[in-house]
Amino acid sequence: MSERTIIPFGPQHPVLPEPIHLDLVVEDEKVVEAIPSIGFIHRGLERLVEKKDFIDFVYVAERICGICSFIHGLTYCMSIEELMKIDVPERAHYLRTIWSELSRIHSHLLWLGLTADSFGFESMFMQSWRLREYILDIIEETTGGRVIFGSAKIGGVRRDISPEKMAEIIKKLRGYQKDVRALFEELLKDETVKHRMKGVGLLSKEEAKSLGAVGPMLRASGVAQDIRMMGYASYAKIGFEPVVETGGDCFARCQVRARETDASFDMIYRCAEQMKEGSLDVKVTGFPNGEFFARSEQPRGEVIYYAKANGTKFLERMRVRTPTFANIPPLLSTLRGCQLADVPVIILTIDPCISCAER
Amino acid sequence: MNQQTYTDIEVKDLLSTASRMKDAGQRLVQICCTKLPDRLEIHYSFDKDYAFTSFRLTLKDNSTIVPSISKVYWNSFHYENEIHDLFGIKVEGNVVDYQGNFYRTAIKTPFNIATPAAEGEKKS
Repeated sequence: MSERTIIPFGPQHPVLPEPIHLDLVVEDEKVVEAIPSIGFIHRGLERLVEKKDFIDFVYVAERICGICSFIHGLTYCMSIEELMKIDVPERAHYLRTIWSELSRIHSHLLWLGLTADSFGFESMFMQSWRLREYILDIIEETTGGRVIFGSAKIGGVRRDISPEKMAEIIKKLRGYQKDVRALFEELLKDETVKHRMKGVGLLSKEEAKSLGAVGPMLRASGVAQDIRMMGYASYAKIGFEPVVETGGDCFARCQVRARETDASFDMIYRCAEQMKEGSLDVKVTGFPNGEFFARSEQPRGEVIYYAKANGTKFLERMRVRTPTFANIPPLLSTLRGCQLADVPVIILTIDPCISCAER
Repeated sequence: MNQQTYTDIEVKDLLSTASRMKDAGQRLVQICCTKLPDRLEIHYSFDKDYAFTSFRLTLKDNSTIVPSISKVYWNSFHYENEIHDLFGIKVEGNVVDYQGNFYRTAIKTPFNIATPAAEGEKKS
């Protein structure tokens, strides 16, 4: 047996934009075990709920993450709306779906750039981030913010998109969709990418289920589970089918994100077609009481907001279970037995978001 | 929104409940702890086919030892380390025990401390 060595990976590493540390136990170049350490930037945002009015806490929820900020705010709102039995107007549901899918597109393009960069595909990195800018421009045009949308509120949404603006956006998106599709095709047909990703970081269907994987990590292992199937916002009305691949490796995770990005464009078109004039919000009166687990599908997978309220303006507890936190055990499983050089690629194919995990 | 069920359980029934959920093909969705003025609550949540089930464990304080379910659901180890580090819950038999070093916090068990300001604001 070769001698075992522990190689520290992170918290500062070229492929990691945020701090996570792994102790990689290696025998020669083979990783035999990975021990994670998080908590470098734990912010304790959940406890802020004790000092923030439940109406205002949506601003904190949005700031948990700079990539899927809108879906954080939306899921928080969903938890309170369920406790207060608030019936959100239909138009607000459609707008929430549009902004959620725009978030997914820009998140997947961000991930594509980072992943391509991790194995030296610099031109892919530049092209994907160039296209992401166009999506961010649309988000800015419709919400006023590029990172923090500030559009979700308890009882509806704060902003509307006029029919003229919507038509203009759809026209632009159809053009961008072709470019994004071409970019992903380029990635998936590239022989070097296949060489670096096929058969690497394998996670079987049974492992994915038993280790609690979520999002593209789970669906790339053949499990058709996506919280959008529950039909929150307007997903039940526009029709939705989860994107599933069966490879279970890094390449399959790329395929899932490629197809999901394409599906997100189509969902935005369907929302624009079906959305009718109507009110954007309802008046919120009273205080929440009771407990509820709200769930939604972020670009990285299922996020859960647990709200416990006691009939006052301050919640007793707000707990956020983020997809990256759930994907840590499956990540450790995929790292076991891999080559040291494959570690960055495997980590990036779970699309880790440490600011979410360190909420 | 799909229906959610909440069931109260005792500490002694935790492992058998987890085993029963595992046998039924349920996915461990999350474990979370809540500090209330007179007690602590821990939710063990499971999901199968989008049906959400949560088991609520009520503890008088954090001196009660809670058995780890990590031998049944391996992925519970980080949730259990989290409730240990943030709330001071003693978890026995965790297969990956960080011994209080999962989170680097300036204050020990920060989520188990009632903030005087928060208490005051709640009363007003």
